[in-house]
Amino acid sequence: MASAAASSTSAVAGGSNKGAAIATGSALWNRVPKANAELFALTYGALVTEVLRDFGDDINAVNEQLDKMGHSMGVRCVDEYLAKLSTAAPPCSKFLDTAEVLAKSAFKMFLGITADVVIHEGTEGKEDSYSLIMTDNPLAIFVELPDQYQSPAGEGQPLLEYNSLYCGLIRGALEMLNMRVECKFVKSTLRGDDVNEIKVALKEVVAEGAGAEYQEE
Amino acid sequence: MTSAAAPNQSLFLVIVGKNEPLYEAEFLKRGAAPSSDAVTRQNYFVLHSGLDLVENVAWTTNQMFLKVVDKVNHQQVSTFLTAGNIKFMLLHGGKNEDSIKNFFQEVYELYVKVSMNPFYRYDTPITSSSFDARVRAVARRYLL
Repeated sequence: MASAAASSTSAVAGGSNKGAAIATGSALWNRVPKANAELFALTYGALVTEVLRDFGDDINAVNEQLDKMGHSMGVRCVDEYLAKLSTAAPPCSKFLDTAEVLAKSAFKMFLGITADVVIHEGTEGKEDSYSLIMTDNPLAIFVELPDQYQSPAGEGQPLLEYNSLYCGLIRGALEMLNMRVECKFVKSTLRGDDVNEIKVALKEVVAEGAGAEYQEE
Repeated sequence: MTSAAAPNQSLFLVIVGKNEPLYEAEFLKRGAAPSSDAVTRQNYFVLHSGLDLVENVAWTTNQMFLKVVDKVNHQQVSTFLTAGNIKFMLLHGGKNEDSIKNFFQEVYELYVKVSMNPFYRYDTPITSSSFDARVRAVARRYLL
């Protein structure tokens, strides 16, 4: 009963939540130092191609590396985000609350863009998830994937996920909020889709407190 | 020779790197048949012989657009030398200098875009099909 009441209040708050998130986003954007967008995109491009060169044809390993880098950035970014907030953070008590905050505030603060949110309420046996839809992708402004990365070489072959970093970032950031999520690019403008869509699905809410590996004897 | 009877219908663009051509395209007038093998080969020959002249002219000006560097019969070779020492060479049968300049300027912008792509390495052949399509669109606008 209590949980039903809680979820209905947060649903009501959803509308104003979005407006607040947009306002926080632009406030944060004004406060953070800016980098040249081209330099930023080229640096990431150089990074991706360097990783590609290091790992040769092992596309899975490349994707994983990019995701890992994103993850370790994400766990820090969330702290910076909370530190720079001038007002108290809108509470992200539920997983779905993080969608607007990510899309409208955090993306704005770190990337200067906002994303649209599509929420997929979890049904019986299916976890909650949402999609972040971006029309611009500041990481990939000059990128045109060569043919061999555009489509899989064969059945079941992995695809280079140029934007893996985003997935890692979101995964890392939400991990710090005790949410273990799975994050995946389902649409990418680099592959000819008209938008970029990142799907974020909640896997597990990690219990508060230190993990088993940190417990004292 | 038959050169006077057959004014050059097509234009030929080659982007030349340090050691090899990086990109080439032939722009045809609407309805014109592609050049025969012999003509294509002759085009290559003319452009190739123009390369040395480009190096000479490059030191005489501080412009990137080097105008017409070579003339063979009715054919002229206009060249644009980018800051990265990549040469755009256009073989044509006497065209308005301004339109060629505009054409080169736009191709240069397209080239810069390609070279900003992290998957493109400097001085390697350009295989991007969208680059090809855009260059052809620019050629249609200024040259045909």
